[in-house]
Amino acid sequence: MNVETLINFAYIVASILFIFGLKMLGRQSTARRGNLISSLGMLLAVVVTLFAQEVVSYQWILVGLGVGAVIGLACARLIKMTSMPEMVALLNGFGGLASLLVGWAEYAKTLAGGEASSTFTGTVIFLAVFIGGITFTGSLYAFGKLSGKLSGKPVLFGGQQIVNGGLVLGLVVAGGLYVINGGAPGMGTNAFYACLAIAFILGITMVMPIGGGDMPVVISMLNSLSGLAACAAGFVILNNVLIVAGCLVGTSGVILTIIMCKAMNRSLANVLFSGFGSDGAAAGGEGSTIEGELKPISAEDSFAVLEAARNVVIVPGYGMAVSQAQHVVRELAEMLENNGAEVRFAIHPVAGRMPGHMNVLLAEANVPYEQLVEMDSINPQMPMVDVAVVIGANDVVNPAAARDQSSPIYGMPIIKAHEAHTVICLKRGKGAGFSGIENQLFLLPNTRMLYGDAKASLQGVVSEFKAIAEA
Amino acid sequence: MELMLLLFIFVLAAFLGFELIAKVPSQLHTPLMSGSNAISGITIVGALLAAGADHGSTLTTVLGTTAVALATINVIGGYLVTDRMLGMFKKKGAGKKEEGSQ
Repeated sequence: MNVETLINFAYIVASILFIFGLKMLGRQSTARRGNLISSLGMLLAVVVTLFAQEVVSYQWILVGLGVGAVIGLACARLIKMTSMPEMVALLNGFGGLASLLVGWAEYAKTLAGGEASSTFTGTVIFLAVFIGGITFTGSLYAFGKLSGKLSGKPVLFGGQQIVNGGLVLGLVVAGGLYVINGGAPGMGTNAFYACLAIAFILGITMVMPIGGGDMPVVISMLNSLSGLAACAAGFVILNNVLIVAGCLVGTSGVILTIIMCKAMNRSLANVLFSGFGSDGAAAGGEGSTIEGELKPISAEDSFAVLEAARNVVIVPGYGMAVSQAQHVVRELAEMLENNGAEVRFAIHPVAGRMPGHMNVLLAEANVPYEQLVEMDSINPQMPMVDVAVVIGANDVVNPAAARDQSSPIYGMPIIKAHEAHTVICLKRGKGAGFSGIENQLFLLPNTRMLYGDAKASLQGVVSEFKAIAEA
Repeated sequence: MELMLLLFIFVLAAFLGFELIAKVPSQLHTPLMSGSNAISGITIVGALLAAGADHGSTLTTVLGTTAVALATINVIGGYLVTDRMLGMFKKKGAGKKEEGSQ
């Protein structure tokens, strides 16, 4: 057996480790081990590649590995859990760019050798460059939005669809020219650089019109694209392990994207192209004026309500992440439990800015995961709940989604907080939510509004509990 | 022929992926995403081959080395962040032992 065969064997083993790792990531009890197993697969793939015949010099490899390891370690260690969405977006972008560069390097190699690329090689290089490019700039833009460096609002301009359509057309034309010319110097190289530039621009213009609340969809989609880019790079260098691993990531991203879209009752096309939430309150529909008034409540009165409650459900939303209230939320939950109440957290699939955002935040605050309940299992029990505490969530608890056919979010599955006996909504101010829609929940007779920063408001309630405990 | 074989693998892997991930509880969505994101760093294999080969082309080496660095960030950052996150997911009682013993 020669080295080549051994390496390919090792790639098969690595693929098996990835498959097992991903499978184990799907269960709470095995998830951590699954991640470890998949990382062993990666280590194996990297180590055996170093023995490949093509690899003749190591100094640049070591430079790359060293620089990457230091930055990667620093990122993983220093990042705060609250910054997780933008971190995932950023890492995703790096992966996409790496796949692009692999495709480009292969092209540079054939250019230097003075040979023309075959139609197949040309096509897959084009795919790796274009998918990788979109993933890179799209992820960077998403990173900017998530970290607050760029506005989270959808950015729309006149003729946006036409511009995007033109870019796609240009990409196809440039890609076609590049492939037909076999990437020959002159026409071929120019077409290649045009592809590169258009892919970068397209990544930005694609993410631009998407608002903050739709970020879970965008992140899952970019995640999928980074896998597909790796897959395309696998076709470029004719390597199985890249194809298998990239494809697994691609499909897992697609599944997450579908789950997120379903949780908003919207199609992917609608999320990508509609600029949802930009037209603000005008989207409210005419027949939907609701009767009722906002009834404020103080921290002391909230305490009285909660103190008497036996069954409490907490519904967290992006507002909890913004005010970093997860620790004081956990404190409140513990006090309620010590007071004899049953406390659960109802998590909407698209609450927050990435899939599972609320779960990560609450886990960081040491809330045991059994206490986190999914939307479908909590909803039937909602009428038995004494108090629902809505913390910085808005559209995911808006009953208009179930009742009001003229509402833009009609049909979106919601957590039925309004069915609880009493609802306490923590909200920063009186404005509408992300989608710009007036929330009917806030106007219901059994709803009380606790205005102010979520963290400060909750601290107020918690200190009331403490005062009683000491007395 | 090799092309067909690779396409065949691609298609099978896609179906496998759908089967593997279809029933993941929503609590694990973030770790699944960042964990699979780390796997997409497998492109590092292609990067290593580009950076270590001697093609007599400086451009290839520069592109390859940059790709190695970026893919390494993706791999190491992705796996460690996922591990950190999963380490925080605790069962009931795991974090409350001190209270229980009083």
